[in-house]
Amino acid sequence: MSLLSSLFQHSFSHGVHPEGYKEATVDLPIQRVPFVSRYLMPLGQHIGVPARPVVKVGQQLRRGQMIAEPGGFMSTALHSPVTGKVVDIGPHRHQDGSFKLAIEIEADPYATQRMEPQPPKDWEAMPMAEFVSEVQRAGIVGMGGAAFPAHVKYSIPDTQHIDEVLVNGAECEPYLTNDHRLMMERPEALIRGTEILMRKLGARRATIGVEDNKPDAIALLRGLLGGTAIEVASLPMKYPQGAEKMLIKAVYDREVPAGQLPRDLGILVNNVGTVVAIADWFDRGIPLIERVVTVSGPGAAYPANLIVPLGTPVREVLRFCGGLKEETREVVMGGPMMGAPTASLDVPVLKGTSGILAFTEAETRTGTEYPCIRCGRCLEACPYFLNPSRFARLAKARLFEEAKGFHLMDCVECGSCTFACPSNIPIVQLIRTAKNNLRSRKP
Amino acid sequence: MRSKDPKLLLQPAPILRQGMTTPTAMRDVLLALMPALAAGAWFFGLGALLVVAASIAGALAIEWAFTPPERRAQAIGDNSALLTGLLLGMTLPPALPMWMAFIGGMTAIGLGKIIWGGLGTNLFNPALLGRAFLLGTFPIAMTTWTDPGAAFFHIPSSVLAWPFQSPVYDAVAGATPLGLMKFEYKGSDFLNLLIGNTGGSLGETSGLLLILGGLYLWWRRDLDWRIPAAIILAAVLFSGILYAVNPGKFPGPLFTLFAGGFWLGTLFMATDPVTSPLTPRGAWIFGLGIGFLVVLIRVFGGFPEGMMYAILLMNAATPLIDRYTQPRVFGRGREGKAP
Repeated sequence: MSLLSSLFQHSFSHGVHPEGYKEATVDLPIQRVPFVSRYLMPLGQHIGVPARPVVKVGQQLRRGQMIAEPGGFMSTALHSPVTGKVVDIGPHRHQDGSFKLAIEIEADPYATQRMEPQPPKDWEAMPMAEFVSEVQRAGIVGMGGAAFPAHVKYSIPDTQHIDEVLVNGAECEPYLTNDHRLMMERPEALIRGTEILMRKLGARRATIGVEDNKPDAIALLRGLLGGTAIEVASLPMKYPQGAEKMLIKAVYDREVPAGQLPRDLGILVNNVGTVVAIADWFDRGIPLIERVVTVSGPGAAYPANLIVPLGTPVREVLRFCGGLKEETREVVMGGPMMGAPTASLDVPVLKGTSGILAFTEAETRTGTEYPCIRCGRCLEACPYFLNPSRFARLAKARLFEEAKGFHLMDCVECGSCTFACPSNIPIVQLIRTAKNNLRSRKP
Repeated sequence: MRSKDPKLLLQPAPILRQGMTTPTAMRDVLLALMPALAAGAWFFGLGALLVVAASIAGALAIEWAFTPPERRAQAIGDNSALLTGLLLGMTLPPALPMWMAFIGGMTAIGLGKIIWGGLGTNLFNPALLGRAFLLGTFPIAMTTWTDPGAAFFHIPSSVLAWPFQSPVYDAVAGATPLGLMKFEYKGSDFLNLLIGNTGGSLGETSGLLLILGGLYLWWRRDLDWRIPAAIILAAVLFSGILYAVNPGKFPGPLFTLFAGGFWLGTLFMATDPVTSPLTPRGAWIFGLGIGFLVVLIRVFGGFPEGMMYAILLMNAATPLIDRYTQPRVFGRGREGKAP
């Protein structure tokens, strides 16, 4: 049966097969991290324009109160993760090492941190424009890691119509199990959020795409979904299945043309976490003030799946998990394939932080870089059918314009080429350099 | 739990890597060649191993001499010069003077690789370039073959000839199956061709053991299977057509596959990643070209063997093939335009 069904399972071409490393946390229920004394909410936690503060230093805050309003259409609101008071609005160190404006909040140690129950919102009666602005005011962004403001995806031009809602539960990044646990523990919220999106967008069907290394989640959702217009697609394990365009290829066998968006094909893709956040806002009135984070990796003393209030310093999250092992050399925010290393443990957990992974000498050792021997493994890995070896060669020669001519900008930096390279060439880093260089040029 | 923050590295993602590295890939190829080399030693005696050793020594010496001191450890350590020397040695006649093999090894690395900019930048297969140089420079020594089956510890006097002295051959010169076919229209016993009990270059005769090595490489994913598949396809088709036209004059497909350096060239030379196309479609074109050319040269050319020139010619075409066979980018048409 499994062999037969795997023959008929769709997938995308190319890609790589890293080890899963999910055993450490896959069966651990989500725990809540206790409140700590200080929180840091950077104003630019999402792609697009930073949020604009609406509070003043010294002001008292309730948990869930809006502290920054959207700074434009490509922007979302921020809410206080705790009851407490604003102690500073100023530049603070960000995950990438730069200093950016952030609101620092001191938690009130005597507050209950309980949120007043809110009546469910009448989302069915809302006009679409109001629904979109509600999502924006709830501060909901794509929870898969890119943190793209969710309401932007729901603002469909009149000329287009969404037929399919695709919920991304692939979780192809090794180590991470936050989406898996969310599907296991809050399936009702997931289904509820999917239904809200389907009804509001007028979609006929919805599909939840899950990789087949999560058979328990697939079985649970299928059991709950019998007879509805929502189905679960079991996908063969492959990286980067969770990339939006790859997931569409795997589930619908359709290619999103370069320069277009999934909505041009009538498809809306949202991460599992995003959909749950939608349900939480419209049913319970809870804005995006916390998220599920997987703490794992060989350097983590006690791996765990946690609900972490946004703005909690990474240090406090790690302390709750028993700290770092002595041999830790690197801490990555996000997954091991696309995440970003952090130089400081004082940076906060953001809306897009899906994991905090600690790695040791063994994983981070930079092997000797050998010359490219044109073995072609990167070509066979690249899911966009690009030629990464040529990008690396051109980037080293600083021939960025030439690389652009070979569709450098189509690269999504999934890292498959670098994973596959036997010569240890930091291909994706060279590609990032080339892209940044091209972007920073004056037209 | 540690009390102090660790000094955090900022090694960019992806943190994970697959296990294979360039030196281990090279080591796999070396390992895959060992059975065929052992067969060469078995059939042609200790002298054959000395020839190989001289070729490897020449390759390593020039790699060492022309690499900046700070990069020597890495350049020698990646096993590529060792592999080039071994591959060259295995394409040489078993009674070739060692000094010639040494010069061949030096040429292979010096003119075949270093002058182009080192590993990964050369246009032609270094080992075959070295062999082409030797064939042009010492045409008689490079076409003097010995029959297999000499006593193991008997070293032909020609192998130990002084540098720059004409070798004196003590054994009666033999012939290769390809030579017999070309000049006398005589076939050879298939079983002997299969196990390698024929005249020929010291490492090329045992088709069976070379295929074994090739299968090992395929299993280790070191080999682009499309190239051997395309070569075999083209060679069998072309020689099959010729054989069907005139079985008395032209060799059959089976003979084409198992005579001369077909398997050594197909599995170990043509599949050299540096000098073969990157793209899957390019690999097919490259292989088909070699398969066609090798039969063409063997049957209609002046030499009895054409593997070397077939591969070198297609090496020259590789950049062109790569240019015209770039894969279609996801979400774009063949021309690279977004629809």
